[in-house]
This record gives sequence, C-alpha cells and structure tokens, in this order.
Amino acid sequence: MPTETPGAGPGLEPTADPSRSLHRRLASVGRERDAAVVELHALLLRAARFEVNRRGGSLSHLRRGDFEDLAQQSADDALLAVLAKLGEFRGESRFTTWAYKFALLEAGVKVRRRAWQGREVPLEDGAWLTLADAGVTVQHEVETRDLIGALREEIERSLSSRQRQVLVAVALNDVPIDVLAERLDSTRGALYKTLHDARRKLRAALAARGLDLDRRDREEEL
Amino acid sequence: MNTPGNPDPARLLARALGPGGLELTCEECFAELDRYVELELAGSDADAKVPGMRAHLDGCPACDEDHGSLLSFLRA
Repeated sequence: MPTETPGAGPGLEPTADPSRSLHRRLASVGRERDAAVVELHALLLRAARFEVNRRGGSLSHLRRGDFEDLAQQSADDALLAVLAKLGEFRGESRFTTWAYKFALLEAGVKVRRRAWQGREVPLEDGAWLTLADAGVTVQHEVETRDLIGALREEIERSLSSRQRQVLVAVALNDVPIDVLAERLDSTRGALYKTLHDARRKLRAALAARGLDLDRRDREEEL
Repeated sequence: MNTPGNPDPARLLARALGPGGLELTCEECFAELDRYVELELAGSDADAKVPGMRAHLDGCPACDEDHGSLLSFLRA
C-alpha cells in the first residue's frame, strides 16, 4: 500500500483516491459496471490522445484523422487489457495511474510501429564492424579505442547470431524494440531478454580480457 | 544522436553493454511502473524502493519511453 501522497497535478486527483471507486464499480455487474466501463474508456482515450499527439512529430505523413484513429485504437486495446487484468491491480498506486499506463503503452507502441511502417529494419550483423570503426578517431582515449576494438571482436566471437541481430538493431541502429518484435514475430520482453543476455556475455568476455567495466560504470554514474 | 558514420563511442559502448548490476525485466518494469512514477512525483526515493528499475530504464529504450510518457502525462 502506498505510504506517500503523490504530487498533485491535473493528471493526479489531489484528495483521497476517487479512482478506487472506479475500480470497485468495474468489478461490479449491470448498469453500474457498464457506466464504469464508459468512464474508464474516456480516461484511457485522454491518455492515448496525449501520447499520440506528443509523439506526432515522428508521424508527419499522417493526417489529423489518422492521429485520432490511433488514439481510439489504443484506448480500445487498453480497455480490453485493463478489464482482463483488473484482478492484478494491487492498490500500490492510484487505480487511474495503473490504468493510464496501459493506454500510454498501447499508444506508444502503435506510434512507433506506424513511424517505421514501410521502412527497412537493419538486421545485418556486419553493420557493427563499419560503424564502430567510423566512430573511433585518434582524438578518443586509447582506453576507449581498445574497449571498442575488444567489444567488436567479442560481438563476433561470443554472441549467437540472434544475439548479434538484436544487439545491432536495438543498440546500434536504434530500431525500437517493439518494431523489431513485430518484424521477428516476438515480444518486447523476449527480445530484451536476448539483449540482456548478450550484454552480460560481452561484459564477462571483456572483464576476462582485463578491461575494467566497473570503473567505467562508476564514471558514467557521476 | 547516433548517426551512421559518426556514432559517439561513449554512447555506442553504453548501448552495447547496457547497465551493470541488478535489473528488472520488461514485464517487471511494467508491473512496477505506476508505483515507481507515483513515488517519483511524491519526491520519494523511488530507486531505493523499486530496486532494479533505474537500471532497466537505462538499458531499455522502450520502457524508458513508457516511463517518460506516464511521468509527463501525470505532470501535464
């Protein structure tokens, strides 16, 4: 249960959580539930519109009506997800905050996929070799150049083909992981697990070569 | 910005190696996201109360965007 009172803002009701009432009514039956579902959909649509409009810059080829369609689809899908997972709400946040994240997720994924629609997703392993070379110049520290050189070798040596594919697409070519998941018929979670395992392998291989990644991590945190 | 032909080596290394240490999965991140964001908005130490979340957000651009979206929406 939450022990803090969240900061107030237009998206957060400042007093005792009225969204608990919505959660209770959604779990009821009959007209009360029907009205609660309509209320929930309106909230989800507000969140979806916010997200679609916020990310609209990547969708300059779309018309205004397309934005609204994306928001409506996102709210519809989020509504189904929220209703299906209603029993998973643990009361550790406001119910509306919990519900909003489904709408924002749906809208974000849809916008990213629409932005990449028709675009080629670079999956070529060898892309790493060229780009890593291009980025390292004599101005960079010897340590950085050594690390990138070793990293390049370990990407070739230590990773599986699938791990290289995901690492290069997501970490090097900035392909959104949801877009890659759609193209590879996978999920965000599964691909991130692949990426995570690849990173762990690379870290272990570089550490075995005597490269101090812990110090580098500490410096990045400063 | 990572542009082909002129990538920033520090960014390349960070993206390739990801965060070190404990890290949530994407599914765990989504499950904790509402609580984490409300803790942040309350000025509480969200990172201490949801261990592994910050590392995951640093390592997963998609979840980091979802986090930014929820934070921005609630602040709007």
